[in-house]
Amino acid sequence: MSTATSTETKELAPVSTESLAALLVAKERPQRPSSLSTSLTFGWRAMLKIKHVPEQLFDVTAFPIMNLLMFTYLFGGALAGSPTDYIQFVLPGILVMSVVMITMYTGVSVNIDIEKGVFDRFRSLPIWRPSAMVGYLLGDALRYTIASVIMLSMGLLLGYRADGGFPGVVAGIALLLLFSFAFSWIWTMFGLLLRTEKSVMSVSMMVIFPLTFLSNVFVDPRTMPGWLQAFVNNSPVTHLASAVRGLMADDWPAADIMWTLGWSALFVAVFGPVTMRLYNRK
Amino acid sequence: MSTQTSGPAIETAGLVKTFGETRAVDGVDLTVPTGTVYGVLGPNGAGKTTTVKMLATLLRPDGGEARVFGHDVVRDADAVRSRVSLTGQYASVDEDLTGTENLILLGRLLGHRKATARERAAQLLEAFGLTEAAGKQVKHYSGGMRRRIDIAASILNTPDLLFLDEPTTGLDPRSRNQVWDIVRAVVAQGTTVLLTTQYLDEADQLASRIAVIDKGRVIAEGTKGELKASVGAGSVHVRLRDPERRADAERLLRDLLLAEVQLEHDPVALTARLNAATSDSAADQAARALTELSRAGVTVDNFSLGQPSLDEVFLALTGHDTGAADGADNDPKDEVAA
Repeated sequence: MSTATSTETKELAPVSTESLAALLVAKERPQRPSSLSTSLTFGWRAMLKIKHVPEQLFDVTAFPIMNLLMFTYLFGGALAGSPTDYIQFVLPGILVMSVVMITMYTGVSVNIDIEKGVFDRFRSLPIWRPSAMVGYLLGDALRYTIASVIMLSMGLLLGYRADGGFPGVVAGIALLLLFSFAFSWIWTMFGLLLRTEKSVMSVSMMVIFPLTFLSNVFVDPRTMPGWLQAFVNNSPVTHLASAVRGLMADDWPAADIMWTLGWSALFVAVFGPVTMRLYNRK
Repeated sequence: MSTQTSGPAIETAGLVKTFGETRAVDGVDLTVPTGTVYGVLGPNGAGKTTTVKMLATLLRPDGGEARVFGHDVVRDADAVRSRVSLTGQYASVDEDLTGTENLILLGRLLGHRKATARERAAQLLEAFGLTEAAGKQVKHYSGGMRRRIDIAASILNTPDLLFLDEPTTGLDPRSRNQVWDIVRAVVAQGTTVLLTTQYLDEADQLASRIAVIDKGRVIAEGTKGELKASVGAGSVHVRLRDPERRADAERLLRDLLLAEVQLEHDPVALTARLNAATSDSAADQAARALTELSRAGVTVDNFSLGQPSLDEVFLALTGHDTGAADGADNDPKDEVAA
């Protein structure tokens, strides 16, 4: 025993076995909580973690601002004549790209967290099993909202104007959050499947870079070779970017919205059960 | 007891868990009576944690079956989960959160309203002497404080069965005693406790029945008395003033106590393993030995009465030692866990 530990222990107040006994006598059990309630409680846990480790907000603040400035001024002049013209096209796209990219940190945090003893406790509770995972994603939704608000404010400063107004912008962000929630089940799967944090990170990079860049985020796909157009036009990120761009520009791109919802449902239906299977086996 | 239960708290038959080639648990049969502390004693890697994880529904057995209060741990896992609590070998609380936040979080997950969860958290922290540390993140807690918050989290709802997986490993003697007091308080209220430990004295202090496990198998099971009888009652360690008299002392002890006497490397020291077959207590036998030595004019400088160690238990039961001699304090992660 180190001296430090024993000093601390000495200062520790004694355990009161009488009040402990009094507490143990209370045997009443509350009703089993609903799946919504436990998911929200896990979401609260995620928020407490943000409160205690605010550094983890770096990726939802600095990273999106950097992306927005970098791509607007890098491509703006060449692609649209001027950065101000380009931002009108590119802001919703970069918003989509940045948020979808940030989702991959979910896998890393699941991977780090799941090894800790507290998960043994969570898994031995009589609660709806997916709620721990859903809780993560709810906490992440808050992070994505922060990222979206920051990027939009920055965009407004740089001259972006949303014709869809407030309702269009809110609808766009809502769709983006919904897609991110659904898409994140891929990352929870990787977080549980792969052994180390590093391997989760590198696999996620391999997925996320082609998926976000090979889309209509930066340019109109019509200038791309046919084989690439085939991929880009059917990518979920393209559908999402078009839908968000449309919503913010005040036309309702029904087809792209439907495609985005369809992809979202597919992600949850496929990767949700795989994640839960891995979670139960961990 | 919130639910009246007849029959044992835990029953397992031929429980098996394999990890690749290793049979971590290799046919464990246990019957744990309700309302007692049941000790599972064994060295690192014996399969204690794996067994507990299967009983707490965290691992799926590869063979055999286990029932907790009559509910099958695989088919009826949710029913089992609603009756048990687990305090694992590593802190089973969230280290990033404060003590209060951890208890409120778990209170909410157990279905308490916000106000009740908050109130219960405060009461538990108070009872466990953690009020001052309530607002600190658990990662800044000392080892003893962690065990306390961990056990507090396990009794948010008084469980019918509490698993305590090596609750005192790595604690100083004072904190260990406090954990023992907590365990006694918990069991006094009717909760059944399954306690795994590497320490014979811990099992001796708390448990009424003990199973000794080694290499995934139960090698002995019974009450404390039965177990001790099979192992020996302990040993008397004597240091003489005069090395010349050691042969006399050896003869005397052997004849008097009918015990096995071992000569130590130290030329003035010898150890007598006490005979458990007699009705005399270990202390009585030791007192008699001292009297006889002094009557024979053999001066004793130093004397101690030792309980059999886990190593001795193992030696007596299996003919081999725990194999932990070179790593008794190894990282607990060495124990097979999934």
